[in-house]
Amino acid sequence: MDFTDTPEDAEFRAEVRGWLTANAEEKKPGAIYKAKYGEAALIPLSQEWQTKKFKAGFSGITTPLEYGGRGGTQIQQAIYDQEEVNFLVPRHIGSGIPLVIPTLLVYAKEEDKKQFIPEILRSDKLWCQLFSEPSAGSDLGGIRTRSERDGDDWVINGQKIWTSNAQHADLAILVTRSDPDAEKHKGLTYFYVDMKSPGIEVRPIKQISGMANFNEVFLTDVRIPDSQRLGEEGEGWRVAITTLMNERVSSGARPAPDFEDIFGLARDLEIEDGPAIANAAVREKLAHWYIQARGVDLTRMRTLTAMSRGQTPGPENSISKLVSAFKRQEIALFGMDLMDMGGGLMSRETTPMRAVFQEAALEAPSGRIAAGTDEILRNIIGERVLGLPREVRVDKDKPFRDLPTGV
Amino acid sequence: MNFDFSDDQRMLRDQAQKFLTDQSPPRVVRDVLEDSAKAYDEKLWGEMAALGWMGTAIPEEYGGAGLCPEDLCVLAEELGRSLAPTPFSSSVYLATEALLLAGSEDQKQKYLPDLAMGETIGCFALAEGVGVPTPKNISVTASNGALSGVKEPVADGDVANFVVVLARSGAADERGMSLYLVDLDGVDRESVETIDPTRSHARLTFNGTSAELLGAEGEGWDLVQKIIDRAAVYFAFEQVGGAQASLDMAVDYAKNRFAFGRPIGSYQAIKHKLADMYIATELARSNAYYGAWAITTGAPDVSVAAAAARVAASEAFNHAARENIQTHGGMGFTWEFDCHMYYRRAKILSLNLGGERRWKDRLISQLEARNAA
Ligand SMILES: Cc1cc2nc3c(=O)[nH]c(=O)nc-3n(C[C@H](O)[C@H](O)[C@H](O)COP(=O)(O)OP(=O)(O)OC[C@H]3O[C@@H](n4cnc5c(N)ncnc54)[C@H](O)[C@@H]3O)c2cc1C
Repeated sequence: MDFTDTPEDAEFRAEVRGWLTANAEEKKPGAIYKAKYGEAALIPLSQEWQTKKFKAGFSGITTPLEYGGRGGTQIQQAIYDQEEVNFLVPRHIGSGIPLVIPTLLVYAKEEDKKQFIPEILRSDKLWCQLFSEPSAGSDLGGIRTRSERDGDDWVINGQKIWTSNAQHADLAILVTRSDPDAEKHKGLTYFYVDMKSPGIEVRPIKQISGMANFNEVFLTDVRIPDSQRLGEEGEGWRVAITTLMNERVSSGARPAPDFEDIFGLARDLEIEDGPAIANAAVREKLAHWYIQARGVDLTRMRTLTAMSRGQTPGPENSISKLVSAFKRQEIALFGMDLMDMGGGLMSRETTPMRAVFQEAALEAPSGRIAAGTDEILRNIIGERVLGLPREVRVDKDKPFRDLPTGV
Repeated sequence: MNFDFSDDQRMLRDQAQKFLTDQSPPRVVRDVLEDSAKAYDEKLWGEMAALGWMGTAIPEEYGGAGLCPEDLCVLAEELGRSLAPTPFSSSVYLATEALLLAGSEDQKQKYLPDLAMGETIGCFALAEGVGVPTPKNISVTASNGALSGVKEPVADGDVANFVVVLARSGAADERGMSLYLVDLDGVDRESVETIDPTRSHARLTFNGTSAELLGAEGEGWDLVQKIIDRAAVYFAFEQVGGAQASLDMAVDYAKNRFAFGRPIGSYQAIKHKLADMYIATELARSNAYYGAWAITTGAPDVSVAAAAARVAASEAFNHAARENIQTHGGMGFTWEFDCHMYYRRAKILSLNLGGERRWKDRLISQLEARNAA
């Protein structure tokens, strides 16, 4: 075992660090990019940053050269990510890099790959993910949005929900039901679609924090040429699985507050008997979060090692999101508790670390729901990693239209 | 032993529940949440006053109903369940209790009748921003009957008529702390935003503001401990009510929401989650009942009982509110659904009298003290 970089990796890391130092501001403890610039201004800043990265060869490090990537290794991507977290930079917006590129690489026509992948890497075009529906979230196979063949086109009718960034997106990946008489997972067909197509209406949904980053998307007689189908008719589930597998491969990004932030708060804050960091109850919690944060990072490195040997990452990747999302909520809520009677104050000007704990308390619940809920991820670990018998399924071997539904 | 409320008290609870279901439905709470100009629901407050709720534990000679703390606990649970957006907790559990405990005859005559009618609103100022208030760091000072310094956040400080303030009148130790009554007319006050906008909070700035001693000079710290012990029990009942409401919401949703062709409540991940919420709520309820009995009878271990009620109730409500969101999936994360109103209230209630960590510490200290005695 060797936790130091190989000479080639060390050289790559030095290159990355040099470039980041020259092009971005180093992050001080507790600093948050979003708090500095505000949500509305984030998109152009993100696009500018992605374009810069693209030109320097750091956007799409593992993406093949012919599609504008670097053609590098997973390890290099991990090195880049490890270095970038030390700088104050805007995150990538939308589903393009994490979800769309891996799906296009497997299922898109050559000309589409050549066109779309570099656009995504530069963030010229933003993509969103039209998967979830009002009655189909965890149970994505339950979607009802209909696609019907009409000559060389498909006609789409239905409703999607929870679509992050739909209001900003140029394009979307879309799963539809092409055959309601087939068994649930067999009658699905997958497309990409231009979000400016006639018949697409986007309505923002306000979330707990008061912001509206996700949306309802209504599709009424939207026409999609058959050339925009990804995978075969009726094979949409397989394509969707490719997308979702990538959703659960952790990017290593750790939205604040994480261990470093609560550790910093504990050092700075005076409580009844001195600095919080000296209090045994606080130390106990800090130790718990440290082993979780560090454990997730190191587990990710084990996964990368396996990947660099040509193995595909398995469902054990679910650990990362499961642990990190809950940890973030716990840290946010405990940070407030540590601030005691003043812990409810929301002012960025006067609350420690620009109120990152308070704001995250209102945002963190989503981490445990989006991209596979805590419960679904535990089921995956139980069934696919540990090989426990599967939950009895009542929604198999019947035509989709005969399945029971609720609210 | 009879470890339950009396028939009269159960009747009071049924009436309160019915009244609040009508007068404080989620829509009323949401109005206060969404209208930043609205600090509380004045109409609801007026109707509660008409029922005499603010005077529940105030003796008849001062215009109250002369009932006991247990009766107030019954109301607190229902107010918590309905998230009633009013200054009840500040005015009744804190300011009124402070006057009952430490007020001179004149002070009681002056304030209690109006408090009982809901015509005067009182509040309680201990916190000085982020951190734990201690005798060493309290920086609001009193000299020659005038206060200087800043208190924040003060629940209902922007709508109250007077405030009970802990200030430093001598050395920076327990004996140097005193309580004061301050008329808020003319005091510089500004609303501040907290995690729960359905409960208004303020920053109060005293600038040589004239103040009247409440209780003896140098007794402030001891009085605060007594006031907070009693308030902890009332808060615990509000928290138990909130936890129960969160649980009810989650159970209802779990029965009706389908995934993979089955109600989500049929999955053990959800079933066990809801069972755990139920268990925590019931344990909190039992600890709260004991606390109610202890403050009503003045039991010697009242401080232990209060801290146990507080810790159990903070844990139960925070947990139930958090997992109610989780049970609702994406819906739970929307502004439109009510889950977040409970999540916000759970957090602010568990901070307002000092955080969970500190109450756990206090519980064990009180146990040590009891065992040493
Ligand atoms: C912030 C945010 C952004 C999102 N962005 C997007 C997006 O861009 N595109 C998109 O398509 N979707 C998006 N989603 C949707 C997300 O994928 C779904 O919300 C998620 O899959 C859960 O589905 P649901 O909301 O329908 O909840 P449900 O599936 O109804 O779940 C409700 C509860 O039941 C539990 N449950 C369900 N099935 C089981 C089971 N078998 N065993 C045990 N428990 C179970 C769940 O864990 C949950 O606690 C987003 C969601 C959020 C919160």
